[in-house]
Formats: sequence, C-alpha cells, structure tokens
Amino acid sequence: MKGTYDKAFENVVRLRVMSILMVNEEYDFNSFKEVLEVTDGNLASHLKNLEKQEYISVNKSFVGRKPMTNYSATENGRKAFQNHLEFLENLIKENR
Amino acid sequence: MKKPEQELAEIRSMMERSTRFLSLSGLAGILAGIYALAGASLAWYWIYFPSSEYASGTESISTADLRINLLVVALVVLGLAVGSAYFLSQNKSQRKSQQFRSPASKRFLLALFIPVIAGGLFSFALIHQSAYQMIAPATLIFYGLGLINASHFTLGEIKNLGIGQLILGIIAAFFPEFGLICWALGFGVLHVIYGSLMYFKYDR
Repeated sequence: MKGTYDKAFENVVRLRVMSILMVNEEYDFNSFKEVLEVTDGNLASHLKNLEKQEYISVNKSFVGRKPMTNYSATENGRKAFQNHLEFLENLIKENR
Repeated sequence: MKKPEQELAEIRSMMERSTRFLSLSGLAGILAGIYALAGASLAWYWIYFPSSEYASGTESISTADLRINLLVVALVVLGLAVGSAYFLSQNKSQRKSQQFRSPASKRFLLALFIPVIAGGLFSFALIHQSAYQMIAPATLIFYGLGLINASHFTLGEIKNLGIGQLILGIIAAFFPEFGLICWALGFGVLHVIYGSLMYFKYDR
C-alpha cells in the first residue's frame, strides 16, 4: 500500500499543527493556542516533539518587547505529511 | 486510530480555519449597499436634478461647493460601511466562537486594503486632475480587484462580487454618462445581493 502511517500524526494536536503549517508559511505560538484551544504546556510539548523529528522549524524573535515564536514546516515535515495523507486516502479507497 | 474520513475532514477544517477569515458578516454587506444607494441618490439629486442637461456629469461637478459635498457624502458612506463591517463581523465571530484577530483576518484585510487604498489615492489624483468622470470607474475597478485578491482568504462568494464590480467599472470607464448608475449598481445593488446571499448561507 502506498503512503505510510506516521506515528507523529497519531496525536490530534500534532495533526492539526501540521495541517495548519501546510497552508501557512508561518504560524505563531499564540495563534496556535487560540485556534487549537489547548493549554500552553500541552501545545509546547507537541511542538517540541515535531521539532525533534525535524518536521517543523522554530524562529524566535521580538515584536517590540514581546517575544514571538514562529513555526514553519520543514521539507521533511511536508513530505511526511503528504505520505500520511496518501496513506489515509488509500485506506479509504481500499475500504470502499 | 480514528476513521480516515474523520481524520481527513479534521485536516481540511484546520486548513480552512487557519487561512480563511470566516466571520465576514453578510448583514454588513447589505447595510453597505443601502448606505451606498442613499449616497448615490443624494449625488444624483445634486448633479442631475432638476434637468439632465449635464448628462455626462462632468461639467456640473466643476463647482467647488458641489465637489466638497460629494466628497463628504462619499467619506460618510465609506466610514459607515467600514464601521458596520467591523462591528458586525466582530459580533459574528463572537457568536460563532471564531477568532476575530488572527493571522487569517490580517491576511484578508491586507489583501483587500492594498488595492483599495491604492484606488483611494488614485481617485484623489483624479480629482486633482479634474478627471471626475473616471472616479466611479476607478473606485469600482480597484475595489473589484481588492475583493478578488481577498477572496482567497475569506468566504468564496466575495470573488464573484469582485468580478461584478470589475465589469461595472470597465463599463463605466467606456460610458462615463452611466458612471453614477454603475457605481450605484456595484456598491449598492451588488452589495445587497451578495450580502443577502451570505447572510442566508452563513450568518444564521
């Protein structure tokens, strides 16, 4: 079967994070928090996890005095996500 | 693992919610259309009433008083329309528990207002050059382009609304005697039509 089921996207928060980063060049921590409605700690640990697998990259900066953490998908992450999508699509096709 | 259909639906909804500003109020569109029709009627009354002697609409706008009156009406209409859109959209986003300030809404505003502000400045240049007959087409065309540009970041109906404004703007550019009528059709009637469509489809 084509495509691979990626454990990284088993968790719904990580799946959502990656979905958002596929269609947004950059997305910041606070916006993630609002869209996903998760706690700081929960979100941070899932972001860390994706970062460790090099699916996303982190860019820290300051806007005025406020720290701003932006995330974007890496080439690896995009490929992994595409594979995951392909897997899901094929699964649907086969079960039909 | 969840059902793959569910998972795909989840991915899709996240992509939509993170890129599109979905709280745009249809009611605000209807109101903007009504303000525009009221403003256009007033302008028509000032320019063409009682006789249609100045049917081309250019010579009669030469008096400074009239120009200032028209400019004030235009700015009041613009202010009311933008104000209504802001408050009603904020209200809708609260009601539907969506975000009002988000990367998506910023992108939407930027996409819409870059062409619109350029069009506004261009229209001031037209006043400066006394090319009054080109103001209606210019505002329609720039607004249409802004809407088409912004349609990627909000409800899809906006794109057709933009194409409508663009067509009316180009007609008005070739037939300046219909400038005010095209303007009223575009900013008035089209807004009411698309506003109602969006209101019934998304607002309730």
